[in-house]
Amino acid sequence: MASDNYYDPKDLRKFGKITEWSEELGEKFFEYYGKVFEEGALTAREKALIALAVAHTEQCPYCIDAYTKDSLQRGVTKEEMMEAVHVGAAIKSGATLVHGVMMMNKVNKLDG
Amino acid sequence: MLKEKKKKKQQSLHKRNSDLAVANKQLEKLSNGIFANGELPTFSEKINETNQFPLRPKGLEILQINVGYMCNQVCEHCHVDAGPDRKEIMTRETMEQCLDVIKNTGAHTLDLTGGAPEMNPNFRWFVEEASKVGIKDFIVRSNLTIIRANKKYHDLPEFFKKHNVHIISSMPHWTRGKTDKQRGEGVFDQSIKALQELNAVGYGMPNSELRLDLVYNPSGAFLPSNQASMEKDFKKALLEDFNIQFHNLFAITNLPISRFLDYLIASDNYEDYMYSLVDAYNPAAVKNVMCRNTISISWDGFLYDCDFNQMLELKVASKIQHISEYNEEILNNRNIVISQHCYGCTAGAGSSCQGTVTE
Repeated sequence: MASDNYYDPKDLRKFGKITEWSEELGEKFFEYYGKVFEEGALTAREKALIALAVAHTEQCPYCIDAYTKDSLQRGVTKEEMMEAVHVGAAIKSGATLVHGVMMMNKVNKLDG
Repeated sequence: MLKEKKKKKQQSLHKRNSDLAVANKQLEKLSNGIFANGELPTFSEKINETNQFPLRPKGLEILQINVGYMCNQVCEHCHVDAGPDRKEIMTRETMEQCLDVIKNTGAHTLDLTGGAPEMNPNFRWFVEEASKVGIKDFIVRSNLTIIRANKKYHDLPEFFKKHNVHIISSMPHWTRGKTDKQRGEGVFDQSIKALQELNAVGYGMPNSELRLDLVYNPSGAFLPSNQASMEKDFKKALLEDFNIQFHNLFAITNLPISRFLDYLIASDNYEDYMYSLVDAYNPAAVKNVMCRNTISISWDGFLYDCDFNQMLELKVASKIQHISEYNEEILNNRNIVISQHCYGCTAGAGSSCQGTVTE
């Protein structure tokens, strides 16, 4: 049934279904995805926080839903979660502002 | 409004005359909706997929005795609906019947729970008598704050030590905010003091035979994650912040019954939570669920497959239903009573009163 919204929270549960229309690629993706989030040089808890920050910079509602819950499950506090979001926000705004140097270079060249 | 909410938080569902104080209402909720319209499979359908229905006992190992629902705390997610307003308390006569069973059982573990078991007026007598039997592992589930609640409980760490009791206590998080949210204002600070007092008499110290384990159950509508990782985080934080040590952390899933069910419904999380449990279903966990090696005894001496079934008033499906007529052989030959709450014990690595049940 068609939804009235572009984003439906229930669709997150259907994520695995993408494999049905392209089995090999879907399976390879989920195998990779699962491997990435295993404990490694970084703990699964650290990875959850990175994922949460990136979820915000990507502004992906499904990812925010999933990694907020995942962070809670791993005992992450709300203060830690908000700091992670600020890290994402700082990089986003920094990435915008650092381009200001490009603008300054251009002004200096054209009108310096 | 706020005052009303606070008052509500200090009362059991029974005291509030809530619909969900009635076991049948809870069972109705768990059998209707998404489980009746085919959206999600019932627990019996699910375990039948791997030929594990009906669920059968595999031999008794743990006798869990609930000595009463009275408690000094009113935790938000309590599956017992315990609190200061609950008056159900095991009598000495029922305790004597339990002792007869303890003397003759093949079980290696005795597990006392509540409420706050220490609030039963015959608690100390019962512990003294039961510890003489020489059962291998004698557990008391202590909420910690009871040790600090009143002068008459201050010597409990020494008392537990004297009888070599294994202490298991709940701790939803290593921070004050998350702990107090679930267990009540001020609980964190009192729990920390109690843990320090237990450490001081030797409980939880490395190589100490005085066992002190903590139970972690999530503070909200989500499942616990990896038990070993959580144990590492808990140990690090409690040692660094409060110089507290303990042995093991057991990660326990909140089962959707009683006050946790009430919370799930009120916060509009019920369906998502049930989806999470069913999605995380692990057939390997079914083999080791605690109802297969446990008998739960209620304050009034009735027998159940587990403490959760006790709260749902689902007695064992056996002609033996009371401690006064206890017969292990007949009890071992029964089918375990199940409903949708059982998904809580089979999610992920599984969940029991002793933590996860799979490697």
